[in-house]
Amino acid sequence: MSKDVYSICFMCTVRCPIRVQVENDDVTWIEGNPHVPGIEGALCAKGSAGVALLNDHERPQYPMIRTGPRGSGQWRRATWDEALDYVAEKLQAILKQYGGQSVVFGERTNLNTHISKTFTRAIGSPNHFTHDALCKGSVNTAFRSLTGYTDTEVGIDYGNTRYIVLYGRNIFESLEIKSINMLLSAMEKGAKMTYIDPRVSITATKADRYWMIRPGTDLALNYALIHTILKERLFDTDYVRRWVTGLNELQAFVEPYTPEWAEKETGIPASEIVTLAREASEVKPAVVFHYGYRGAHHPNEIHLRRSIVILNALMGSIEAKGGLFFKKGAKAAGRGDLGKYNQQEGLPKPSAPRFDGSGGDKFPIADSNHGNPQTLAHAILNEDPYPIKALIVNRFEPLQSLPDANTVRKALDKLDLIVTIEVNFSEIAWYSDVILPESIYLERADSIQMASGLKPQLFIRCQAVSPRYDTKPAWMILKELAGRLGVGRYFPYETIEDIWNFQLKDMGVTLEDFAKKGFVALTDSQIFWDRKDGIKFKTPSGKIELVSSLMEKAGFPSFEPYQPVERPAEGTFRLMVGRCAAHTHVSTQNNLYLNELVPENELWIHSAAAAKLGVKDGQKVEVRSPVAASTLKAKVTDAIHPEAVFMLHGFGKTVPAQTRACGKGASDTVLVENISDPVGGSPALDHTFVTVRPA
Amino acid sequence: MSQYYLLQDPKKCIGCLSCEVACKIKNGLPVGPRLCQIMTVGPKMVNGLPRMAFVFMSCFHCEDPWCVPVCPTGAMRKRPKDGIVYVESSLCVGCKSCITACPWGAPQWNPETGKVVKCDYCMDRIDQGLEPACVTKCVTHCLHFGRADQLDTERRQRFARNVAFELETLASSR
Repeated sequence: MSKDVYSICFMCTVRCPIRVQVENDDVTWIEGNPHVPGIEGALCAKGSAGVALLNDHERPQYPMIRTGPRGSGQWRRATWDEALDYVAEKLQAILKQYGGQSVVFGERTNLNTHISKTFTRAIGSPNHFTHDALCKGSVNTAFRSLTGYTDTEVGIDYGNTRYIVLYGRNIFESLEIKSINMLLSAMEKGAKMTYIDPRVSITATKADRYWMIRPGTDLALNYALIHTILKERLFDTDYVRRWVTGLNELQAFVEPYTPEWAEKETGIPASEIVTLAREASEVKPAVVFHYGYRGAHHPNEIHLRRSIVILNALMGSIEAKGGLFFKKGAKAAGRGDLGKYNQQEGLPKPSAPRFDGSGGDKFPIADSNHGNPQTLAHAILNEDPYPIKALIVNRFEPLQSLPDANTVRKALDKLDLIVTIEVNFSEIAWYSDVILPESIYLERADSIQMASGLKPQLFIRCQAVSPRYDTKPAWMILKELAGRLGVGRYFPYETIEDIWNFQLKDMGVTLEDFAKKGFVALTDSQIFWDRKDGIKFKTPSGKIELVSSLMEKAGFPSFEPYQPVERPAEGTFRLMVGRCAAHTHVSTQNNLYLNELVPENELWIHSAAAAKLGVKDGQKVEVRSPVAASTLKAKVTDAIHPEAVFMLHGFGKTVPAQTRACGKGASDTVLVENISDPVGGSPALDHTFVTVRPA
Repeated sequence: MSQYYLLQDPKKCIGCLSCEVACKIKNGLPVGPRLCQIMTVGPKMVNGLPRMAFVFMSCFHCEDPWCVPVCPTGAMRKRPKDGIVYVESSLCVGCKSCITACPWGAPQWNPETGKVVKCDYCMDRIDQGLEPACVTKCVTHCLHFGRADQLDTERRQRFARNVAFELETLASSR
């Protein structure tokens, strides 16, 4: 028997809508949802490789309880009851002795985050964190400081843009199918793309202008762009007069940052900087200075991300066709909100401060809805601000996402309990006390997705096939665990339909509405706010605050004088990390087909630097940072700035159960020092200097 | 030549390798054989800008294929109705003559079955009115499948659109 199931991919966090063909409870074909504009059947390599994940024997197949030392790979198979009883008993003892705050729950934001947040609060812990800060905490804070909205509440109107500037936003490799199709169609209509990156990525090879900027100096470039735009009055005067405050302060601040000054710092000719400012201005407001997907490079990240948002503000491109827009949700479409279990009445609000100082002493204005998990090792090792005894993670990888992974591993040793809910034998799963195997996205249904945007829509992940192994969805695992901990009342569902019906109760949408196309549009037409009077900025002034009340109140200056970026000594390089189209962060390196495409990472090094060091293409090199050393193959090339070396993120696995990926390449997070942007909240993942020598 | 043509728009191709995986899944292939493959060349500087080429290689389905006559068992054959060159797997004895004969490396070795496997334009899908897997799932829709005579027109249309745009900018800058 054959059937089509509309669902949502989960090979990466973009979550493209898919259509899955199922025959006899087996997946025979997956394609992008043909009914969604910009998708129309398209599916990336990772999406297709979901079938290989489904059928993979190298993933956790049943609950496992550790029997040997941590990381030894000695396990016993357990039933779900045994495993959950075991976790509940340990947790109960910890909660009793150390309090709710001693339990930390970490995950990558997903459709069931409202349920895991419910779980964390129900057991009395304020310590739910997501991966977000590690990726883009400072982008989030930058947007809030200027507009009152987070970056996730902002989108880009790629299809109508006429000018786009990408700061290392490697849009054609770290890809979102819909966005790039919109962008490519805009480029076909004549939109111009500038790409700025010390490394020639694939995106660089598609751009109309490429600048191999000196690593870490993007902020200098932007100060010069702002300088030029203000000096030559290239900004959108009506928009700026109506919606922007603090222009005089900005003008005074950028006065010394001339294009000639920036040329010395960045290596980009002054005349070209001026040209870009003029070109962008000509087609404003259909201009996008892309604020980035990952914004976690340097300790002054907040100022770079703010400068990018400010450039958009000056172009009048915030809430403009072909520029940036605020995503409209159910309310804007005249509907009620999607129900969330963490908004239940009576759910405890733990009073202890967060373990990571998010929204507190360490990161006063970072977004504490997501937290700042880069402090996890410090908090555990120093019991600062209090003892942490248990870590539960779902689809989050502390050992490959947090900087200075060796210190993280040491900190984990101090915990009484580590529980991993996962679809892979990840590094953290292997280092856990209990693995609770999660059904993969094709084997489960999840909470409904609210896709806010110009046309808000609802999407739904439906179960395509029955689980191949003895696995469960995380929402069910958490409910069953909560029941054992005496807080089951906050999980008033038995099936996914119960969750869906709860979510939809105020929406004016029924489950049947999803059947035809796999999604429900909440409006027929795009919702833009009126640029003259209708933009609802959420800052205290109701405007874009260049002098930010959020920052100034916390004692952070809105504009910080530029600090020259240190030039590395000979034989020393700035370590940069990034992505390719074949892999998702840390989670797909062991996938049969994706591993075949890109089995390991290499160290990109400039040919002149390599020659001096006696490093040949393909040769193994040792990369040494102040915190660790690793070896991997060198890729000798002219396509990278001589001050930088680069490697793909997510390799260097150590888990033997992942036979295809284990021991291949090097892990960047072992090498990266744990430095943060204390204002924005991101770690500085491209700030470490390394030395390279033949291994 | 088969009556079909698979056209790649190199300007739109981003080398994401989606086509390769779509093909492998569709054909249930193990690690090793790649019926279609993106061959990456570059980056190299062209007019002051870094450029890369992503050359889509599968099978040309030649009018007079080298691989067919060298096959001793008749496994490698041309479908009379539309000229698709394909392997009748039950007849393949794994002698690799076709692999030797093809100048473009189209026939691939399947280590799991000990037989040859090659692109057949997903003829089962074509017969259902669908497109080959690589084309359907191409991330940027840079792959196009159709009858050779029709795709010529498509290419001309695209060229015309580009030229028209150039003219427009020339005119507007006066």
